[in-house]
Amino acid sequence: MHPAPSVIFFSTFSGLGFGLLFWLGLGWPSPDGVVAFVFFAIAYLLAVGGLIASTFHLGHPERALKAFSQWKTSWLSREGVCAVAALIVMAIYGAGAVFAGEHWRVLGVIGGLLSLGTVFTTAMIYAQLKTVPRWNMPLTPLNFLSLSIAGGALLAGQVTWALWLILLAGAIQLATWIVGDTRFATSGTTLATATQLGGIGQVRAFEPPHTGTNYLLREFVYVIGRKHGFKLRVIALVLMTVLPIVLLLVPFSHVAGGLAVLVHVAGVLAARWLFFAQAEHVVGLYYGKR
Amino acid sequence: MTELPKTTQKKLGLVIDLDTCVGCHACVISCKGWNTENYGAPLSDQDAYGAAPSGTFLNRVHSYEVQPNEGAAQLIHFPKSCLHCEDAPCVTVCPTGASYKRSEDGIVLVNESDCIGCGLCAWACPYGAREMDQAAGVMKKCTLCVDRIYNDNLPEEDRIPACVRTCPSGARHFGDLGDPDSAVSQLVADRGGVDLMPEQGTKPVNKYLPPRPKDQMPEIDVLAPFLAPITDQPKGFLGWLDRTLDKL
Amino acid sequence: MTHKQPVLDLSPPVSDEIRKTTCYMCACRCGIDVHMKADATGEMKVAYIEGNRDHPVNKGVLCAKGSAGIMQHNAPARLRKPLKRVGERGSGEFEEIEWEEALQIATDWLAPIRAEAPEKLAFFTGRDQSQSFTSFWAQNFGTPNYAAHGGFCSVNMAAAGIYTIGGAFWEFGQPDWDHTKLFMLFGVAEDHDSNPIKMGIGKIKARGARVIGVNPIRTGYNAVADDWVGITPGTDGLFILSMIHCLMKAGRMDLDYLARFTDAPVLVNGDETSPEFGLLLRDDAGKQLVICRKTGKLTAFDTPGVRPDLSATHTVGDITHRPVFHHMAEKYLCEEYAPEAVAGRCGIPAPRIRAIAAEIARTAFDEAFELDHEWTDFRGDTHKTMTGRPVSFHAMRGISAHANGFQTCRALHTLQIILGTVEVPGGFRFKPPYPKPATAHPKPHCGVTPGQPLDGPHLGYVHGPNDLALKPDGTPARIDKAFTWENPLSAHGLMHMVISNAHAGDPYKIDTLFMYMANMSWNSSMNTGGVMQMLTDKDANGDYVIPRIIYSDAYSSEMVAFADLVLPDTTYLERHDCISLLDRPICEADAAADAIRWPVVEPDRDVRGFQSVLCDLGARLGLPGFVNDTGGQKYADYADYITNHERRPGIGPLAGFRGADGSKSGRGAPNPSQLDSYIKNGGFFVEHIPDGAQYYKPWNAAYQHWAVKIGLFDAPQPYLFSLYAEPLRRFQLAAEGHGDRQPPDHLRARIKHTMSPLPIWYETDQSGNDGFTITALTQRPMAMYHSWGSQNAWLRQLHGHNPLYVPTKLMRENDLMDGDWARVTSPHGGITVPVLEMAALNENTVWTWNAIGKRKGAWALDENAPEATKGFLLNHLIHELLPPKGDGLRWSNSDPITGQAAWFDLKVKLAKATPPTESKPVIAKQKSPVPKAPKNLKWQTK
Repeated sequence: MHPAPSVIFFSTFSGLGFGLLFWLGLGWPSPDGVVAFVFFAIAYLLAVGGLIASTFHLGHPERALKAFSQWKTSWLSREGVCAVAALIVMAIYGAGAVFAGEHWRVLGVIGGLLSLGTVFTTAMIYAQLKTVPRWNMPLTPLNFLSLSIAGGALLAGQVTWALWLILLAGAIQLATWIVGDTRFATSGTTLATATQLGGIGQVRAFEPPHTGTNYLLREFVYVIGRKHGFKLRVIALVLMTVLPIVLLLVPFSHVAGGLAVLVHVAGVLAARWLFFAQAEHVVGLYYGKR
Repeated sequence: MTELPKTTQKKLGLVIDLDTCVGCHACVISCKGWNTENYGAPLSDQDAYGAAPSGTFLNRVHSYEVQPNEGAAQLIHFPKSCLHCEDAPCVTVCPTGASYKRSEDGIVLVNESDCIGCGLCAWACPYGAREMDQAAGVMKKCTLCVDRIYNDNLPEEDRIPACVRTCPSGARHFGDLGDPDSAVSQLVADRGGVDLMPEQGTKPVNKYLPPRPKDQMPEIDVLAPFLAPITDQPKGFLGWLDRTLDKL
Repeated sequence: MTHKQPVLDLSPPVSDEIRKTTCYMCACRCGIDVHMKADATGEMKVAYIEGNRDHPVNKGVLCAKGSAGIMQHNAPARLRKPLKRVGERGSGEFEEIEWEEALQIATDWLAPIRAEAPEKLAFFTGRDQSQSFTSFWAQNFGTPNYAAHGGFCSVNMAAAGIYTIGGAFWEFGQPDWDHTKLFMLFGVAEDHDSNPIKMGIGKIKARGARVIGVNPIRTGYNAVADDWVGITPGTDGLFILSMIHCLMKAGRMDLDYLARFTDAPVLVNGDETSPEFGLLLRDDAGKQLVICRKTGKLTAFDTPGVRPDLSATHTVGDITHRPVFHHMAEKYLCEEYAPEAVAGRCGIPAPRIRAIAAEIARTAFDEAFELDHEWTDFRGDTHKTMTGRPVSFHAMRGISAHANGFQTCRALHTLQIILGTVEVPGGFRFKPPYPKPATAHPKPHCGVTPGQPLDGPHLGYVHGPNDLALKPDGTPARIDKAFTWENPLSAHGLMHMVISNAHAGDPYKIDTLFMYMANMSWNSSMNTGGVMQMLTDKDANGDYVIPRIIYSDAYSSEMVAFADLVLPDTTYLERHDCISLLDRPICEADAAADAIRWPVVEPDRDVRGFQSVLCDLGARLGLPGFVNDTGGQKYADYADYITNHERRPGIGPLAGFRGADGSKSGRGAPNPSQLDSYIKNGGFFVEHIPDGAQYYKPWNAAYQHWAVKIGLFDAPQPYLFSLYAEPLRRFQLAAEGHGDRQPPDHLRARIKHTMSPLPIWYETDQSGNDGFTITALTQRPMAMYHSWGSQNAWLRQLHGHNPLYVPTKLMRENDLMDGDWARVTSPHGGITVPVLEMAALNENTVWTWNAIGKRKGAWALDENAPEATKGFLLNHLIHELLPPKGDGLRWSNSDPITGQAAWFDLKVKLAKATPPTESKPVIAKQKSPVPKAPKNLKWQTK
């Protein structure tokens, strides 16, 4: 799949933002006043910024409001609904914390869960797609959720939680890759099922339907950079898991904490780039590109 | 609405005969012509006369080589457009309701004024049947020529999709696949029509008729009855000729 | 929530008006419905093009090229105004001039030529669909140097057909799609008659008939063939003769058909001492003689009641004259044609050859059927039924574009004839104006008188040395050396030799080269680089060796850059044309038909239809036929010519709606509103052949009567199929020393060898090919037509560049993978090109799509267009001459009988190459004479 920067940034940063909102909603930490304002501002910048980034790849962003209508069937619609609900609830909760020094716990928990729900719906947009076997597995939402919660913990200053959750997220990331690598082969979709010509013999794509490129090839048949996949995975894992853990294990300082956040985010961005770049859409079979 | 209708009154679709398609691309261009001028935004072309031309097409003809265990390799031309699936994943993923399946006839359409151009429906389609138009920013797909097949302004015989009307070798058939007695359903039954990627669970309405077995003519030796020599004698041919002419 | 969906307008208006005309994307000439829509200003614009359902050719269907007509019509490559060269030839530097100036220049160049030496004008047309008109113009000019592109296209096929059965494949005949049960298709390059053939294949496959494809490449029709014979290129004739061997040996022939309708029973002069040795015995009236089986007497073949005897001989003294059939038996029963003897060379196992021969015979004879149509033959014999033999054959350029192509095509017709499958139900059927034997065609004319028309039509059919186009001193009369000893039966001329001969001044120098729609500096020439050199070469005085070049084209093609004067033509939707019975009409086997084009839109540029320009130029030059009694311009434009020209009294370019009131078909006075009647009728005219006249046309009295009535010919002309080609024998006799006109000595052996009156197969000249063992072929994709298509924004997305298709075995041997590049060399040159593996391909053949490669700057494409950077031409590897043999002579790379360009005799070798940045050779760019094309398109006429 084409690793569109807008979608990579969106899913990474909104994941972090909602992760932070989740912790804030649960009350870990429960700041008030200016500190609360800073926490909430960061969370909203990330979450809303990510959401705005996601509209960059739309053909018609001005119609984006229509996307809230189909929550009964569409994970993308559900994501929108969930995100707005989470942002509203957490805004009320945050306003209480910032302006009134109040922590309305029930509201916070609801908002926190809605925030997690948003991340889950984001993940489900990908995980639902049978057409991309690498994504079409429960590990995909686990991957998104674990990264979101871990990153949120990191941002929320929940060092102990963050340590363990980053480790867990790293493990899930590893599992996602390992299992993901086998998914296309085990999905049962092949050039033979795509063409139904396997009964005659070995099928091979011959002349493509057009000599130039098209939307499908650009969007679904991304092949550049695959060979660097392994190297990038190592880098991503080191950045998102190993380095932050090391930085968290050294005596706490804001510099080390800030650095941990930065390397973690860089690692997640790399992993998210790979998430798209390494995803093989079954339509590539028709073009002989699988 | 992106909920699929529970049932549709008809299941209009195409039956594509892989035994007959010669790969001429007539359907591709006829489709481009009709749909550029009709339903929704025109099918645009980028860098049309340049180094990397690329445009929106709703129908494409692939080709595959198949190597049997024995005998010559075969070349099969393979037209592909929207299959108007009964369980169309492109419809249910749509966040705005722009993608929908018509309850009357099962045609899967995009209501372009509701389309935000997110592309998710194309992601959900295993067949590559949807292409985002780069100029209009909306998703384009085969409409089964919904603006032809009921069009009172066209003569009755022309109320078929443009690709079917133009196909020179008659490899494309249009009709109601929900009616077991329809000509297309009969064709599918007779020729063993198949679904593409059945494991994807999309239940395509369009069917493909597989190529008939090829290169089946048995090789025969010199004594086979059809070509038994009339004589072994050098002069025997003229003798045979005389005898045969007498019988004429 | 219940399912909701928007309300759609299911009956939107389709268009404001439909204008019906004729497509121009290939030689099919399909009928098209051009849907017009008024734009915001109310002007009618072309909106959508589809097939015309009522049209006899395409019955509503339309191919990709036709459907993309709107992009052809609006292509940015369209020329806009006459151009005068201001830079060096080939550079593409022009200035736009007015028509008056352009026509004055042309007149100033041509008038002195006509007055002094008309042969110094060479007028050749390429994709011309108005040859009866352009040849009429050239004939009135007086130059012998006129032809169209048949010489490099498929004259072998056309000439072999005419000489053998009085008609040819391609669009001149068709299988009886309604009855055939076995269809066998020969040859690469499946272009001609493409929509009718696609329709036919679809039709017969739907009812389970078998299709056998004989073609080294399994694409297109061969991809859907039930059986594919991946033959070694150039050996089709051998394969066919082997099947003839099998069928004769097994007695599986239609003896009755052979006896009645062919020259098989005609006696061959057996007197070795006679100057007529090997010619057919004839009576005083020139009629071929047979022995009547009832009377045992020597009788003219067409005598009422005669039963020609296939077996009887005629002995006079000690000389025995044997019938053609005896000669055939002697030749084809010979073991040299046994499957076992040919299998290796053909690349087809012997049992498979037998199997196919057996299947053909089984279908022809065991599945024979009778149609309940009574008919009477030319001898007056009435037949209660028509016997059907449901085996049909068709052939493409592939078998024709070899130096043995003429004899190969003759062999195929011979196979058809012995099976009795020509002009019978289920077999191959002629389309009017065929059947028309070689003897009913004109002979070539080359009598030049300054200031006067030529003494007759340029092109025709020779019947012996006396018909050659030679000057009194024996040198060629024509610049292309057509109808000379080198290629005596060159019925279509040799357009591919014109530039090289003119450059060499051999046989003489010319002054002006005038061409129409022929991309001779690019894909339509062998040796493309060499031709560009010849067009730009200067002599010691600094003058161009070919002094003047006038060229007419609608688009900025590669050839435009080499012209001194460019006359911009219209697009096909802006012009008048007639697809005439005098030329290459659109007839069907069961009907005569012709058609028109008419301006469904007016040009938005300062361009004129080329034929109208010729009407004007003809008048300026004072050509008879183009000036009226008062010396003024006779035809205001081409439409005027189409309406009012009469070739013979009552016979004009169009057969429909003749007579003052438009009520006459075929024959009739000119009708001033004839074109309007055509337009009202959908752009075409059809006259159906009566039921009893549908088959057995060469011998069917009812058909002959109908053909005379409609004006196809002026008297019935029944004839026998020529299994034995007497014209060839006459050339052999000359080569043996008989007659006054004698061939040069170096050609005697070749003439004796190749011009066998019974079809033979011979290996083409392989000298110089040592080490070059792979055959390289081209064909055009179904969605493109030769050089046309790259200027079309839709079509070029399908075929924007062309790989070299390499069979699996050669891919492995050369360590090649898809996307790699290879250096391909021939004895003449080299190219470096991308490769793609193809398994369904003869294992010793490579091929590519023709004419996708373009010169930078041509066709209004970006300089970095893939056509110019990755696309390539195979033409660089092919020379119009064979490699030197060391005999001091250069032999032309063409069929020794017809001069057909032997494109497919090309032999190459290949090796893996380092990927270059562009395919090689890189040709310098030409400056585009048209504005830069738009970047993006959103075509919608609203």
